[in-house]
Amino acid sequence: MELICPAGTPAGLKAAVEAGADAVYCGFRDETNARNFPGLNFSPEELQTGIAYAHGHGVKVLVAINTFARAGAFDVWKRAVDTAVEAGADALIIADVGVLDYAARRHPDQRLHVSVQAAAANPDAIEFYVKAFGARRVVLPRVLSVAEIAAIAHEVRCETEVFVFGGLCVMEEGRCSLSSYATGQSPNMNGVCSPASHVHYREQDGQLVSRLGAFTINKFAAEEPAGYPTLCKGRFQTEHGAGYLFEDPVSLDATTMLPELQKASVTALKIEGRQRGRAYIERVVRNFRQTLAGLEDGLSAPAGDLVALTEGQSTTAGAYRKTWR
Amino acid sequence: MQLTLGPVLYNWQPEQWRDFYFRIAEEAPVDVVVVGEVVCSKRSPFFEAHMPAVIERLAACGKQVVLGSLILVSLPRERRQTAELAANTDFMVEVNDLTCLGSLMDRPHAIGPFVNVYNEATATYFASRGAQRICLPPELPMDSIQTIAAALPDVTMEVFAFGRVPLAISARCYHARLHKLSKDNCQFVCERDPDGLPVATLDGEPFLAMNGVQTLSHACVNLLGDVDDLAKAGVRALRFSPQQCDMVAVAKVFRDLLDGRRSQEDGMGELARIYPDIPFVNGFIHGQPGAVLTTKGTEENLRQRKAQAGTMVHEAGQ
Repeated sequence: MELICPAGTPAGLKAAVEAGADAVYCGFRDETNARNFPGLNFSPEELQTGIAYAHGHGVKVLVAINTFARAGAFDVWKRAVDTAVEAGADALIIADVGVLDYAARRHPDQRLHVSVQAAAANPDAIEFYVKAFGARRVVLPRVLSVAEIAAIAHEVRCETEVFVFGGLCVMEEGRCSLSSYATGQSPNMNGVCSPASHVHYREQDGQLVSRLGAFTINKFAAEEPAGYPTLCKGRFQTEHGAGYLFEDPVSLDATTMLPELQKASVTALKIEGRQRGRAYIERVVRNFRQTLAGLEDGLSAPAGDLVALTEGQSTTAGAYRKTWR
Repeated sequence: MQLTLGPVLYNWQPEQWRDFYFRIAEEAPVDVVVVGEVVCSKRSPFFEAHMPAVIERLAACGKQVVLGSLILVSLPRERRQTAELAANTDFMVEVNDLTCLGSLMDRPHAIGPFVNVYNEATATYFASRGAQRICLPPELPMDSIQTIAAALPDVTMEVFAFGRVPLAISARCYHARLHKLSKDNCQFVCERDPDGLPVATLDGEPFLAMNGVQTLSHACVNLLGDVDDLAKAGVRALRFSPQQCDMVAVAKVFRDLLDGRRSQEDGMGELARIYPDIPFVNGFIHGQPGAVLTTKGTEENLRQRKAQAGTMVHEAGQ
């Protein structure tokens, strides 16, 4: 199985290559990129240099152009596609049907991957992308169990890629407007979720209150570690009580499920975290590289080594285990 | 301007569901009615028994019946349901997931608000595959709506104009999770909240509404005050999403306003009486947080404040 690693910066790309990535994914420093965070991402020149470096080490570069194009500004997304193709990207990761249509027609030989943001969750939806745009790989949404992934990988005419580590969307990706409901900024339109520019912390009655836009997302007692107020991982209340109604502040770690994913004939494993630093990339990539090498030698996958690097310092196998639902 | 009644998103009692549509058929001044369970495939069997009668009554009363497809399709059973729906040639199908599109074989269809149409290129692609109506995603701002509508004058562009706005869909059932049940053995607890289960912040401020695998806003989108601008932007249909209030009366308020029989101020007052205690919002189409209510006055205010501060101001209008 290929190991697909995040790079938020040229330094991150080098770190991922050195740590043993088979491919690195990254994006431009603009709204075409679903990790459009300040201080991150690549200029066209940096992408070109990064691709040359990666190719020199036998590593592929996948360019994520994975937001939904803004009406009236489609040229920005076209330019991103053209620039990535010219730079020698091994594949483009695209979510928007209009952008896929453009890329497939303008660059018929370019390898296209269907982004997780496209929410293609079954063989019929995936077949649509294969037939319409010649998609060669689909990144599966984090709503499927391993058994379902296996069935999909068996049935579809393209490769499959799944997330194995990092931030975990609780809602189906590409179909969530929770962030823009509270802040006006969404993953689909702006490439951000629960953006830091709209986060505020304040002290109130001895508690630390985290807010997103005009809404309280969580409250922490003095001794409690305070997490980032990602909307779907906040604490809310209903008539039945208060708590983490949607998801606890956990991250995905599917290390222990790697043998099953291998059996499921998954082509590639993806690590989330283009917004994370070099140290994260080095450790996570190296760890997965070792685990995968061990798998080839018939060793079982150890769990728990990377917990310190995760959000909330706790992990879940998410939807990969059916009971998560 | 056409008026569309979107599908019931909640788990209503089957007889109530049937009677709701019977009354809509006979009394509501709507042109198009989308029927079918689009949120949770487990609920479908309850409504299937009443579906033929509902469709027949709606059609007999002159409504265009559109069949809505499931939003999130992952199980084999859900794929079969979706393929069967797409095979129906008697009624137009509303595609809420691209799963459905392949089976439609480019027959005329509608694209629902759960398909990501954010720009004119995507809309043009779907139109080339047979889309005749597109209900745009609720988070789209007015300038995007206008650009898309201008690019495709032959496609009926629709916006989500009344109801709690659907914000997210998940594989996880939050109703089941809240009641400590597994999704497979959910006991259909979502039926206890036919208007959604209110979710508040820890400050007690109403925020969201839970509906099984779906999350909606607590506040109700109400674009009555924006109808003129929407018409100017090229919008040709307004969608109302059924809530536990008199939806016939809601449709009448919009129809009366469009026909010049009612003022906007009067209509707003009437809607507040029809659906009391739930705040109205319209932030999304104004490029604001969806939870905000913006009127023309406050929008002008906001522009000035933005210009002065040189930064985004988000709480304005609340």
